[in-house]
Amino acid sequence: MNVLTVSGLRAWYVTRAFGIEREVRAVDDVSLAVARGEIYGLAGESSCGKSTLIKTIAGAVRPPLTVIGGSATFEFGDRRIDMHSADPADVLAIRWRHLAYIMQGSMSVLNPLRRVRHTFIDFAQRHIGKPELEFLAIVRAHMQRLRLDPAILEAYPHELSGGMRQRVTIALATICRPDFIIADEPTTALDVVVQKEVLGLIRDIQREMGSSLLFVTHDLAVHANLCDRLGVMYAGRLVEEGPTADLLRAPRHPYTAHLVASLPRIGDTTPRASLSGAPPNLADPPSGCRFHPRCPLAMDICRSETPAMRGTDRRVACFAA
Amino acid sequence: MTTLIELDAVSRSYTIGGVLGRRHVNAVQRVGFTVAADGPEVLAIIGESGSGKTTLARMILNIVPPSSGSIRFRGVPLHHVRRLDFMRQVQPIFQNPFEAFNPLKQVDRYLFTTARRFTDGDPAARADAALLQVGLSLAEVRRRFPHELSGGQLQRIAIARALISSPALLVADEPVSMVDASLRMSIVNLFAELRDRLGVSIIYITHDLATAYSISDRIIIMRAGEVVEAGEARAVLDHPQHPYAQQLKNAVLSIES
Repeated sequence: MNVLTVSGLRAWYVTRAFGIEREVRAVDDVSLAVARGEIYGLAGESSCGKSTLIKTIAGAVRPPLTVIGGSATFEFGDRRIDMHSADPADVLAIRWRHLAYIMQGSMSVLNPLRRVRHTFIDFAQRHIGKPELEFLAIVRAHMQRLRLDPAILEAYPHELSGGMRQRVTIALATICRPDFIIADEPTTALDVVVQKEVLGLIRDIQREMGSSLLFVTHDLAVHANLCDRLGVMYAGRLVEEGPTADLLRAPRHPYTAHLVASLPRIGDTTPRASLSGAPPNLADPPSGCRFHPRCPLAMDICRSETPAMRGTDRRVACFAA
Repeated sequence: MTTLIELDAVSRSYTIGGVLGRRHVNAVQRVGFTVAADGPEVLAIIGESGSGKTTLARMILNIVPPSSGSIRFRGVPLHHVRRLDFMRQVQPIFQNPFEAFNPLKQVDRYLFTTARRFTDGDPAARADAALLQVGLSLAEVRRRFPHELSGGQLQRIAIARALISSPALLVADEPVSMVDASLRMSIVNLFAELRDRLGVSIIYITHDLATAYSISDRIIIMRAGEVVEAGEARAVLDHPQHPYAQQLKNAVLSIES
């Protein structure tokens, strides 16, 4: 059963200055589904629309970001909620209890002037709805379950290392045992050793709670070690999707193939190829397939028509695949 | 053997905190290595954040002086080297190309300013020649502002700017950590190419073991300001000896695992 169903979602940044309308098509016709208990990875470079997509899914849409079409629907038990047509009160009611969000910059999540305890109270107490002492007891029990020292609650954010702060934001996001967790580049700012530990923590929590996880990062190696299924985005569109191991072993889209081939590996001394050109400007994307100016396999049809996602288990949007 | 740059037991400590709770942090402790003047190489310096990599780079670039120990450039202590001469021969490349360029200034101005300062003749011709070395041309970047270019292009322009004075050494501090995945290898490959074609040595500071493995000749692994392991890059990373180096290597995720 799918917990999240996104279909034909279009979210553009629409600005108007001096009567000239300008639109940046950050998410353009994206469809995907995440099943219960599944870890879905979303890969792509900066400015490919990853963050806009998850903002839209989480219902954090504010101008100039505008949902032009499509829907993002969550199903929690018998509760079905479309994030963009539902009553704001209903959306608020599922936040944190059912839908949690692990953010990238732990330093900007935690209030630098207050002890960690207060951040927990500010974020989560109203969602749990218990008096302060009882709430803090729940927080302590939760932190022990994550093998974190509850004494951290009395620390200020600057007294903690980057990895520890990221663990605190994970504890914060999972305090209500949510059904669905969105994680936006949670390990990108961390060193390799710490990154491995934090990924282990995320995997343990996800297994223990049986939640679904939408994990966003540009690092394919992280996806390979965590995600069940992987979707690759390029210039605002989903270009390939499939089971992670399968997709990385035999990528079908030329962009995915390039990303995989360009990864350097320790123990492998063969030179790595690199692609010419740069990701397109989404205010003025290329016609047809958005990858065609950089694609080694580009044909005439790629310049004029946009390839649709084809397939069921393994999906790919490419005329040459 | 003549040396280009020679570090001998270099340390640097910082004082942090105010009147109360003042303490000293040893950012770099007794680090020593040399880069030879003959035979260009890519020397990778690897470590986690807080291991002293950037402080070391700033000392080599003569931006901060060491607290103790000595750095010699072609045999002359760094504080005796003539500044303009040193800048001509040792050039920096910084981490974030979006912050390295003033957003209100056209990027070709940086190239012209550097060309006028360090070379005679037509600055435009010199800038164009340097851009050709990094796979761009002056026509592509002329009158462009930083926001009109991608991170990869900006980092190439930063490298071209560094090449204008025909330096003997580039010090690149995390040059690809802000560059997109599809463009990262092209920048890293460019370093190896510059070493082979122009004979410039490169000190490549990074936390990414895999790119260091693919292009460097020698490697230095740092932890908490100290060198824990150093040697030929492939030998060190294929068979790390120090427990910390082994831990680092084991923590690197790959798509096969």
